[in-house]
Amino acid sequence: MDGTAKKRVGNKLERNDRLVRLALLVIAFSAVSVLVVITVFIVGQGTPIMFRYGLKSFLAGTSWYPSEKLFGLWPMIVGSLFVTAGALVIGVPFGLSCAIVLTEFASKRVRGIIKPIIELLAGIPSVVYGFMGVIILVPFIRKTFGGPGLSVLAASIILGIMILPTIISISVDSLQAVPPSYREGSIALGATRWQTVKMVLFPAARSGIIASIILGMGRAVGETMATIMIAGNAAEVPHSLLAPVRTLTSNVALEMSYATGEHREALFATGVVLFVIIMVLNTIANATSAKRRKQP
Amino acid sequence: MTNDTAIEVRGFSQYFGEVRKLKALDLDVKRNEILGIIGPARSGKSTFLCALNRLNDLVRGSHHEGTIRIDGCDIYDPGVDVVALRRQLGMVFATPVPLPRSIFENVAFGARREGIRGRTRLDGIVRDSLEKGGLWEEVKDRLETSGLKLSGGQQQRLCLARILAVAPEYILLDEPTSGLDPISTMKIEESLRRLKKEYTIVLVTNNTKQAARVADRTAFFLNGELVEIGMTAKIFTAPDDTRTDDYLRGRFG
Repeated sequence: MDGTAKKRVGNKLERNDRLVRLALLVIAFSAVSVLVVITVFIVGQGTPIMFRYGLKSFLAGTSWYPSEKLFGLWPMIVGSLFVTAGALVIGVPFGLSCAIVLTEFASKRVRGIIKPIIELLAGIPSVVYGFMGVIILVPFIRKTFGGPGLSVLAASIILGIMILPTIISISVDSLQAVPPSYREGSIALGATRWQTVKMVLFPAARSGIIASIILGMGRAVGETMATIMIAGNAAEVPHSLLAPVRTLTSNVALEMSYATGEHREALFATGVVLFVIIMVLNTIANATSAKRRKQP
Repeated sequence: MTNDTAIEVRGFSQYFGEVRKLKALDLDVKRNEILGIIGPARSGKSTFLCALNRLNDLVRGSHHEGTIRIDGCDIYDPGVDVVALRRQLGMVFATPVPLPRSIFENVAFGARREGIRGRTRLDGIVRDSLEKGGLWEEVKDRLETSGLKLSGGQQQRLCLARILAVAPEYILLDEPTSGLDPISTMKIEESLRRLKKEYTIVLVTNNTKQAARVADRTAFFLNGELVEIGMTAKIFTAPDDTRTDDYLRGRFG
């Protein structure tokens, strides 16, 4: 091969390289641009009405009567937070215990059977969860505790189950990623299995476990279908666990099909609030995990 | 068994599945001595250490023949409390594994686990252990920084101190200086010489010179067999077995 041929080949490779880099850049940006489009669109559609009626009456108002131009989102904000908190109270302890059992105490064979099944749970459509809630859970709550059955409690339980696969599979992965030498070192120091989990594995896997909880929380805040079916959807601030409740997502999904004019704008504003809540929760969670990672 | 015998190994074989990793070992470890164990890679040195604190139990399909008695008590007896046993035999691994926590918490780990609370008591234990491990002077002003931020040699001494905090009677070291520079190695060896007054030490090492420097007696392992055990001076100058001689002169291994 003489000098010019070498040069030509070199140029061609260089051009290919540039093309690939450009293509990858475009693909990466298109993913981000979707987020930008959503943000611009929702904020553009939703914020004017918030300022027209005043932020305070919009966020803190307790009456939601769109036909009378009363757009108070407070009941839905409270509803979303209650249901999400309830789902975490149920999902986190169950999910983490399950993850610990699977990584530390179950044999490889048992883990090989159970983990895929749990991951399968994530694939079940949310409407099916809602259906199970309506058929089994709601009547059970109505008979046992009284009230309408469609309630904060029912929604929390169903959402708690729905976020299990997320919490379990990510926690299992992060617990398994802890170097085996940590485990051996702790056991050689005479720690029991449980002490090893509590004092060594958990701190070491903390960032992964927190990430699993954040993702579970995101799923619980955003879930719509199941909550519409079992939460009762009354646009009132719930006064007990057995009271019906409407979440922000349900609010949008229930009324979007017939809303017009300012009502429609108010639903976009609901979307803005939802968006902000999720951003805030994510930021808090990320900040705590980052802070903890710095000072182990 | 005489009073100065601390660990008594009789006809001990360790199997992992079908593989016989240790072959009918017979040896004693005397109280307050440093027993050096040398031998080529994969000759069963580490397996032997892990047989003493039953860490081999964690390997699926492991089983054994023969007996190991520590202070006269058969450690493979079904009635033995394995957790208590492991507390008695502190182990330092080849790669230092500080827990991802502060220096203080690393050393206090064992004590906290025993249910010792109270800042003053913990402070005392931590200081005492770090002093014995020869690390106190270097870290006394930064006990709250992460154990992972220390140098390799300091991490290894941290691991040593962490074990001492549990108040064991035996210290098992598995190539504790294999990744360390000569100065750090020297510091660890100094600590060991000091520690043998209170503890009985088994030191597995790939560095035969290290055994010559610190061990009172030395055992030579080859392919899971104990070839020879005796006073270090004798092993290194006039070994009985030609294989020992060959290994020490670097003819194989």
